[in-house]
Amino acid sequence: MSPISDRSLAEVALSRAEYEAICDRLGREPNGLELGLFGSMWSEHCGYKHTKPLLRTLPNTSDRLLVAPGAENAGVIDVGDGHAIAFKIESHNHPSAVEPVQGAATGVGGIVRDILAMGARPIALLNSLRFGEPSRERTRYLVSGVVSGISDYGNCIGVPNVGGEVVFHESYDDNPLINVMCVGIIENADVMSARADAPGDILVIVGAKTGRDGIHGASGLASQTLQDDAEMRPAVQVGNPFMEKVLIEACLEAAKLQCVVGMQDCGAAGITSASVEMAERSGMGIAIDTSRVPQREDGMTPYEVMLSESQERMLLAVKPDDNEDLFVLLDKWELPYAVIGHFSEDGNVEVSASGTRHCSTPVSVLADAPEYPFRTSQPPELAEVQAFDFSSLPPMSMSPTEAALHMLRAPNIASKRPVWQRYDHQVQNNTVAGPGNDAAVMRIQGTAKTIAMSTDGNGASVFVNPYVGAAAAVAEACRNVSCLGATPVAITDGLNYGNPETDAVQYQLQESIAGIADAARALGVPVVSGNASLYNESETSRILPTPIVGAVGIIDDVAKTVGPAFRDDGDHIVLLGSESAWDNVAGAGGSEALQRFYGITAGDASIDLELEAAVQDLCRELIHDGLIKSAHDCATGGFFIALLEACIMGCTGATITTQRKLHETDWVWQMFGESQSRVIVTAHDEHLNDILKRANERGVPWSQAGLVGGDSIRVSDEGISIPLDLAQQAWSTGFNAALGF
Amino acid sequence: MKFGIVVFPGTWSDRDMHYAISTVSQYDAEYIWHQDHTVDGFDAVILPGGFSYGDYLRAGAIARFSPVMEAVSDFARGGGIVFGSCNGFQILCEAGLLPGALVRNDHTQFRCQVVHLKVAHRDTPFTSRYENDLLTMPISHGEGNFQADEDTIAELEANNQVLFRYSDADGNATAASNPNGSINNIAGIVNRAGNVLGMMPHPERACEDIIGGTDGNPVWHSIAQYVRNVRTTTRR
Repeated sequence: MSPISDRSLAEVALSRAEYEAICDRLGREPNGLELGLFGSMWSEHCGYKHTKPLLRTLPNTSDRLLVAPGAENAGVIDVGDGHAIAFKIESHNHPSAVEPVQGAATGVGGIVRDILAMGARPIALLNSLRFGEPSRERTRYLVSGVVSGISDYGNCIGVPNVGGEVVFHESYDDNPLINVMCVGIIENADVMSARADAPGDILVIVGAKTGRDGIHGASGLASQTLQDDAEMRPAVQVGNPFMEKVLIEACLEAAKLQCVVGMQDCGAAGITSASVEMAERSGMGIAIDTSRVPQREDGMTPYEVMLSESQERMLLAVKPDDNEDLFVLLDKWELPYAVIGHFSEDGNVEVSASGTRHCSTPVSVLADAPEYPFRTSQPPELAEVQAFDFSSLPPMSMSPTEAALHMLRAPNIASKRPVWQRYDHQVQNNTVAGPGNDAAVMRIQGTAKTIAMSTDGNGASVFVNPYVGAAAAVAEACRNVSCLGATPVAITDGLNYGNPETDAVQYQLQESIAGIADAARALGVPVVSGNASLYNESETSRILPTPIVGAVGIIDDVAKTVGPAFRDDGDHIVLLGSESAWDNVAGAGGSEALQRFYGITAGDASIDLELEAAVQDLCRELIHDGLIKSAHDCATGGFFIALLEACIMGCTGATITTQRKLHETDWVWQMFGESQSRVIVTAHDEHLNDILKRANERGVPWSQAGLVGGDSIRVSDEGISIPLDLAQQAWSTGFNAALGF
Repeated sequence: MKFGIVVFPGTWSDRDMHYAISTVSQYDAEYIWHQDHTVDGFDAVILPGGFSYGDYLRAGAIARFSPVMEAVSDFARGGGIVFGSCNGFQILCEAGLLPGALVRNDHTQFRCQVVHLKVAHRDTPFTSRYENDLLTMPISHGEGNFQADEDTIAELEANNQVLFRYSDADGNATAASNPNGSINNIAGIVNRAGNVLGMMPHPERACEDIIGGTDGNPVWHSIAQYVRNVRTTTRR
């Protein structure tokens, strides 16, 4: 027998060493179908072979956990009053790079089915998007396609898009990032499992018919770098949001039936991954007859049926008897379905077609992807990045006022209304605060509870310091939730990186997962779900390492929530987390200002997690006790941009008075530096002393920064005066101007 | 007083309608499946928003052929109250129960935002309980651009069939306040008989202060009052 060719291995993205390990464990060579199954199950997307050892270090315990992370499709968090939430973030980067409309649309569809599989009704979507240089033709094509894809799909399925981010950086020129988070709500008693009860339970496929789309999506598209992707266009799936909407309603009804014991979505690697994962969780084997799967095209082979990534399909584990009510229900919704197999005692994945057996492989081997150890040394080029000498930069030619307006117009700062006004953010009647706020707030019907949610990540900051930048992503997501008065209860992480087989990316992964773990522990939030997207690089560029963190928090009394906007003339502006409103040069590392004014991503970053926790605790306490009228976190563009945003949203000016003067050359970093753990709050005079006293008690530094009011944003003693209408105009038109829309 | 809320595959405002009418405004409300052949027992029929059958051909074009629409048409011809919002408005136009058509927004994009609405007439079965004539309400659609030929528009205006217009914060129907290109800023119309209303905005989403306002609720109270009055009159 001749040895397997490199080409055959490349097709399924397995290394020769992995192939040999498979032969060793099976005691024979795998056949063609089995090779395809292994290629998918041992891909990074399904098997997490590069990230699993690191992901194990993430904190995953909490009193509120009803379902542990990893045990099912998503962790489930108890929110009280008999209700629970399931949430998860997932990427669809590679498909969107190849075909932006369908790539983004099916990204939405996929994560919605993950949440649906828990028996949860999807109640909210958030999108974190990354694109390249806004002036490039390709960027505009991708932005327009991705936003259309999300809009078309999300609007049609009736799940509101309530938040997210859009960020531009040249490193994403070739590899855009499309990360979608979905939040679902379940009554505690109805939490669904993705496993069978007992051998003999039958496997039912429901939803779209299976076609030849998306074959090798997991092992191919998601496991290689971009130069190969353009040829992979046929591997991008096409979405049918109408089918998804019907599937949601039918599956939520089905989940209530006695005979339906388990539910799983068909995502990456289609029926293969869905059925093997169900079998593994159940501790059973599974037998599938591919000829019974409803098919869209003639002559599909078992290989194609097993590996197709056709969208809008779910697998149900169903009791073999007394199950007629399920089929009546599926007929009512006019959904295609079929019984395609059953769970077995022998622990094998058996695939047959019309009576001919095509493979029999132990679940334990298929589901046991190898793990690769990580190197630990810091790449030498990172030291250079961190040692960047800011005094070497040429002095700014703009005045502080011009610089502030230039920052407001930056597509990374300007209002994203042109994007989110294309998303239905209100359907389901739960949206208390939608897009444009620090976090979205959704009420839970039938309870007094509301939940707040936010997705955040800053690739530039992770690039300059992977540990700090990733910890800051956790901090910012939780801080945004805290700024509305919500207590963060759990997070999900979407890990977007370049090729993990390189030293630089391994270091980024290892350090940033450590940062996420430490920050999550410091802020008391378990990581309940997540996703890894690697190989986001082309021959010429590698993305900034971009972990996106989605946080969910609980608000016990919605009447007490506040927003980012300044409210009343004469209110005091207080910056929590720093003794001075002005930042310093340490805040310049990886900042938007450095990028905007000099086109550079360099410097270093730092975070004090103890201070971060104290600032967030204080912020929530002040909101809970009704002492502050607004809270807005300092993020992209630092203190001065946060201040301008709060003024613009509140349609009011402000006068800033600071003890410290602006420095002759470092004023850019003082105004726009992005040091962590800072929140701008406003309060009526009568509460000011109480607030400052409480800050002192918690060891939170503070700075009285000025007063709300007037029709311009002024800085006394510095001659800075920005008319509110000019600021408003720069901020509201910047996005479309930069994108040429 | 019992409202019937029609559910097509792809409808998504059905649950919001039920919430607004039943949970908030406290009227009986039940769902009517698109395969049903009758709407007997209901005092008013609601056609909610969504993407019925995916709206793949043209918004509302397939839904009009569903069994329930025959029953709804008979109900409307008999004077029954029929209310359609968003996709429901599109279906009513496709079914010929209302004149005109809803085409793609003039800027070609889907738009979700809160708009100001001017109530043109407050002496109708749908608006009698409004205490003022300037409202705020959400819209959420890609095809809400109301178009009809000149004669039809003239007739609609002459017969006071335009009930809601997009306006600015002061109630003026300006070009800048028109979110989709509709002729004469038309947001909602009734049929000649006045018992069938179609509107693009979503009154069911404007049902509680916590989610942004309550300007939608008087629609349900107006309908209920009208139905009560008709009953009283008939009994006399």
